[in-house]
Amino acid sequence: MRAYTGRIREAAKRLLAENRVDVVIGFRKGTIPLMNEPYLIKSVDQVNQLYWDSNCGINLANYLPKRPDRVGIVAKGCDSRNIVVHILENQIKREQLYIIGVPCKGMLDRRRIMAERNGREPLFAEELEHKVRTVRYELDLTRDRNYFLQDNCRICTHRNPVIYDELVGDLVEEQQVDRYTDVRKIEAMSAEERWEHFEKLIEPCLRCYACRNACPLCYCPTCFVDEARPQWVGKSLDKTDTRTFHFLRAFHVAGRCTDCGACERACPVGIQVRQFTKKMEKDIKELYGYEAGVIADERPPLDTYRPGDPEPFFK
Amino acid sequence: MSEWEPKIVAFLCNWCSYGSADLAGVSRLQYPHNIRAIRVPCSGRVNPKFILAALRQGADGIWVSGCHPGDCHYIEGNLYARRKFTLLKNLLDYTGMEPERLHFSWISSAEATKFAETARGVVDAVKTLGPARHFIKREAEVA
Repeated sequence: MRAYTGRIREAAKRLLAENRVDVVIGFRKGTIPLMNEPYLIKSVDQVNQLYWDSNCGINLANYLPKRPDRVGIVAKGCDSRNIVVHILENQIKREQLYIIGVPCKGMLDRRRIMAERNGREPLFAEELEHKVRTVRYELDLTRDRNYFLQDNCRICTHRNPVIYDELVGDLVEEQQVDRYTDVRKIEAMSAEERWEHFEKLIEPCLRCYACRNACPLCYCPTCFVDEARPQWVGKSLDKTDTRTFHFLRAFHVAGRCTDCGACERACPVGIQVRQFTKKMEKDIKELYGYEAGVIADERPPLDTYRPGDPEPFFK
Repeated sequence: MSEWEPKIVAFLCNWCSYGSADLAGVSRLQYPHNIRAIRVPCSGRVNPKFILAALRQGADGIWVSGCHPGDCHYIEGNLYARRKFTLLKNLLDYTGMEPERLHFSWISSAEATKFAETARGVVDAVKTLGPARHFIKREAEVA
């Protein structure tokens, strides 16, 4: 995916030089290997800092809500779906945007690489064709890049951007996968086992709210966790409070979540928070046939209804 | 000590279920006294936060009741609510909560008998489960 860098720079340069946009949102190379950082550029001389490889997992749609200016944005499949969600939710107008679409082959999970290297951070990383090489002193490790993909990228069915003004490469082939095997596995457990499963899952949670901050959907002026009167979620590390937080967070993104994986990527203790949101995604798909951020003129599922909606347990 | 009785929080729509509770009372229909009624303007007003807050503060069961689909005073509030609660209940089940603690119903203001019947059903279901164990916030014990 390194080849995209040149095309992205070209596009950004053209857009800024022709004054088509005020700012371009992309990535630049991070200061340590395997970590690229979001980068906003406003002038042509910054263009050569823009960069693209398989460590651009952060969702750039997060920088869009309520921007007043004209924005050029680099968007892979999931970012583009979140842009659609933002447009639907009136967070930004389509006319303000120039979307530089990036067909994506999945992003790398730094944690997996670190685990494979027994926790020894690489000083150097490079991406070869279908491979990733990480180096530090004695340990020179080359592995298949698919081996290190993020969980959500493995089951991604929208690798190509759904809306774009130009593409930086040829569209890639979409995967045909069953997205919900893990949800079904949990569904098959007994109620008690499920409770224990989630209890264990969120046990290390520090309530740092990194998952919330990384999420492009979380743009409320006051988040429910910060509300004090009434206080819906306690501030302590109490088990019930932590569970309430994760539960409501998942419910809050119901029908909007595009499974971009930003939350899991941001979690400092590696909680698989997507386990909550994926259940919502599955239900909405099965009950209402809706997939978030794919069609730009359909209302989100919780903002609409059909007369014959299923009501399995209403008396 | 007397036998355990469940506490049930009922969110009743002002335009229908609350009226039916009233009618049930006026008609001298018997139903268990475990129900704590909270009057809301519409079943669509009930936020999942309310339900979790009730559980956290020690409710053993929750019952949300509104107008029949198509009869909403605000035209469509209960239709949004229907989607919201379907997903909510599914997610609660998924995370290990007993499904029998959460009840939803459509009761018009003329259906006092249905109100009394449903109330009995809800209380029976929660009684069978016993006291709530999940989502309760235990206050720190102070000596």
